[in-house]
Amino acid sequence: MDKVLEVEGLTKVFTLGSVISRVRITATDHVSFYIRPAEIFALAGESGCGKTTTARMILGFEEPTSGIIRHNGQVAARHEKVWFTRGIQAVFQDPFGTFNPLRTVDRYFFATVQNYGLAKSRRDAIDLIDQKLRAVGLSYAEFAGKYPSEFSGGQLQRVSIARALMTNPSLLIADEPVSMVDASLRMSIVNLFKELKEQFGVSVLYITHDLATAYYVCDRIAIMFRGHIVEMGPVEQVLTEPKHPYTRLLRESIPEADPDKRWASAIRLSDLEREEYLGQGCRFAGRCPEVADLCRRQLPADVVVDGVLVKCHRYGELAGHQPPP
Amino acid sequence: MRVLRDIARDYRFALSFCVLCLLLALAITSFFSPYDPTFWGTVPRDLKPSWSHPLGTNSKGQDVFWQATFAVRNSLTIAVIAGLVSRVIAVLVGMIAGYRRGFVDTALMFLTDTFLVIPLFLIMVLLAMLVREKMNLVTLGLLLAAFGWAWDARVIRAQILSLRERDFTQTAVLSGTGTLRLVLEEYMPFATPLVFSTLINNMSWAIGMEMTLAILGLVNMDIPTLGTTLQWAISYQAMLLGYWWWLLTPVVLSVLLFVALYWLSVSVSEYLDPRTRIQRVGAQ
Amino acid sequence: MGETILRTEHLQAYYVLDVYGTQKVVRAVDDVGLDIRENEVYGIAGESGCGKTTLLKALVAAIEPPLRLMGGKVFYRVRGQEVDVSSLDAEAKRRLRWEFVSYVPQGSMSVLNPVIRVKESFADFIESHTEGKGKREAFTMAQEHLAELGLPANILNAYPHQLSGGMRQRVTIALATLLKPRLIIGDEPTTALDVVVQRGVVQLLKDVQKKLQNTIVVVTHDMGVQANIADRVGIMYAGKIVEEAPTKTIFSAPLHPYTRYLINSLPRFGDKTPREGVPGSPPSLIDPPRGCLFHPRCPHALDVCTRELPGYTQVNAGHRVACWLVGEGRNG
Repeated sequence: MDKVLEVEGLTKVFTLGSVISRVRITATDHVSFYIRPAEIFALAGESGCGKTTTARMILGFEEPTSGIIRHNGQVAARHEKVWFTRGIQAVFQDPFGTFNPLRTVDRYFFATVQNYGLAKSRRDAIDLIDQKLRAVGLSYAEFAGKYPSEFSGGQLQRVSIARALMTNPSLLIADEPVSMVDASLRMSIVNLFKELKEQFGVSVLYITHDLATAYYVCDRIAIMFRGHIVEMGPVEQVLTEPKHPYTRLLRESIPEADPDKRWASAIRLSDLEREEYLGQGCRFAGRCPEVADLCRRQLPADVVVDGVLVKCHRYGELAGHQPPP
Repeated sequence: MRVLRDIARDYRFALSFCVLCLLLALAITSFFSPYDPTFWGTVPRDLKPSWSHPLGTNSKGQDVFWQATFAVRNSLTIAVIAGLVSRVIAVLVGMIAGYRRGFVDTALMFLTDTFLVIPLFLIMVLLAMLVREKMNLVTLGLLLAAFGWAWDARVIRAQILSLRERDFTQTAVLSGTGTLRLVLEEYMPFATPLVFSTLINNMSWAIGMEMTLAILGLVNMDIPTLGTTLQWAISYQAMLLGYWWWLLTPVVLSVLLFVALYWLSVSVSEYLDPRTRIQRVGAQ
Repeated sequence: MGETILRTEHLQAYYVLDVYGTQKVVRAVDDVGLDIRENEVYGIAGESGCGKTTLLKALVAAIEPPLRLMGGKVFYRVRGQEVDVSSLDAEAKRRLRWEFVSYVPQGSMSVLNPVIRVKESFADFIESHTEGKGKREAFTMAQEHLAELGLPANILNAYPHQLSGGMRQRVTIALATLLKPRLIIGDEPTTALDVVVQRGVVQLLKDVQKKLQNTIVVVTHDMGVQANIADRVGIMYAGKIVEEAPTKTIFSAPLHPYTRYLINSLPRFGDKTPREGVPGSPPSLIDPPRGCLFHPRCPHALDVCTRELPGYTQVNAGHRVACWLVGEGRNG
């Protein structure tokens, strides 16, 4: 099977503290997943679960402690960034931070054209830029010579997506692309990702903590918690019939815009994050409503149930399943 | 130009700009001086200001006005050399250390800290004593430059460190921009106000330092500068003898110069400050 | 719902900016009239640039240049008496703050001093607003308060950066409710948080309101949160309140086209039908369009909408809309 991106056993350990007291925080722990061509894959979880670290490692901004990243079947070498960024591009959370506030936005586009040799003359470059802008619903005329502050948040995020499309990437990494955009404008940008997938065959790694938009636009989803993928599968199944207790908690916590569907029960929140990171067994054991003694001692293995990957003892050893070899 | 019109609203800029233009004009008239500034006794001594000698003459037999023109010119030359050379060093060191991090950063910062910690004044006095004979404007300028870059290198490095973490750095990298172009194009607009204001401050410092060294007699006393003319006036007891025109001239000129430079630096760096710039951007 | 506790009349607050000779006036809050009752949760919903943060600043009487109160008044009902807030002096305002009205801002890190422990933040606070409490007493007071709210006592010894984002926000709420204020104003209290933490924070706010029987004004653009916490919602657009109704009504039968768009644009689970966002972009508050400010983006704009500003139509008790499509606009 063709895989645009494959990540195997990706681990990143951060060491904090001074010579006297060192703490090792495992931001991502043996994360493995793959993305097919023309597929929107969501990586979802709370802030601090490791999803942004994963994205940074895939883009090459962070060195993995261990693990392999394969792009179109090839392993990326440490210094081959230019080749790499042609095929993978990124869209960031804050559109106003994505561009230098003191310089015009079109400069980045022209720089991309020049650095990747995408056009021979300025005329051709403008045509290419205009083409990409139209794909996101804007035009060159209303964009040329403007500074970031002259655009609205939604518009600027579209511009950011257009810039990412300049090199015809096969994979777009979108890190919380709509969380800073107004609620009513979110759908138009989320719809845009769908169109890009259908029209241009671009795959998207959609990183978010907003499951509602993930449900709406993604094909497959992986739920992350404290550096582990706890559930992964087709989005329909994972979000309408969540198996892992954490996924169930997430699903229930999404506020629905319907006063009749208010949250029923009370929940416990974690107090000090560090304790959860340094745990031995399942990281969710401190808050899990179905926790067993085994959970605190041993990290669960991945089990496949109904086509969905789950990392939970309730589906593994406690259910009598043997972990896959 | 729109820029000049905008910034001229600030009275500090307007005044300081005028004063500096005047001083510059004064410096340029030195090229038309009828007297060679290094000769003594070219005119009668100790004359009060009059039409033929607008600022009088001094006890060495030199016309104070024409001496002053050379003084301003030479002081400014020293200041410009010191300021520009030290800026270049500070920017290079700060930007390379800030962007590269790692070993390069540690090494450069060690060098910078060394220069920061050395008792500047003592070393300069020592060096000045050693090279006094061969000291001319350029060597003095370079000497001052060698000691004026360390602080600003650290300031620029701090700015670069914070800019490095911003998202637009990643955008530039993803657009394929190489390190040097990235640092110059993306970070310079933020660093420019810093560089400019520290340039002016450095120039002020250089002038002041030169004057200090002159009072101590550690520079070539034949070359007229603000410092040396002041020192000659002091050593000839101008104040006691009542030759006020001789003493006041360098004093007034240097005060004007310092205040003008300070106001210029403050008003321009406010104008260039990214926070107020962002407000103005797009208003056209 | 009881008596009115916070009332505004024709509130106008503009930013007057002077940037190198050009003067720009941003009409952030333009003629806003609110009537907020005791023992209710009132939500103000609107997107970025609609003026809600400015409205909050006016409500807590924190108006400072370049923001100016151009017109209108803000009234509190303190101990049965109606007080015109804008007429109070600085000392009187200071006494009102935290004891009568308290403020929960968006970024919790900016409220807690990052270099001192949480218990010292509490102590600082208690000392400056009550008399004669020693450090020991202040500490006990803080502990009791946290226990009441269901928060663990060990966080008092921590530094803010050691707490998770959600916990920090809840500590900020604990600080804000320490002196049992009658009015709590929250500015996007859950925006930077993820869903699970958001749920915990909203839960806390609801518990607090139930216990103290006071009023909470929550400003957020997240309609899901409004649905979960608010009793009544006011929709704000371009500096004005365009619709106000009980929560159930706003979600089931919105009348203003903007409200409709806002609600329909939210994705719902189990429903993958394409959802539309609001077309166009928010109007400039420096140079607003004539007539109804929404008309450039409104699919149903009439001729009158481009010329005259609609007044409020009282659809029924508790539901008012400012729209020419809904009856003849009447002011009041």
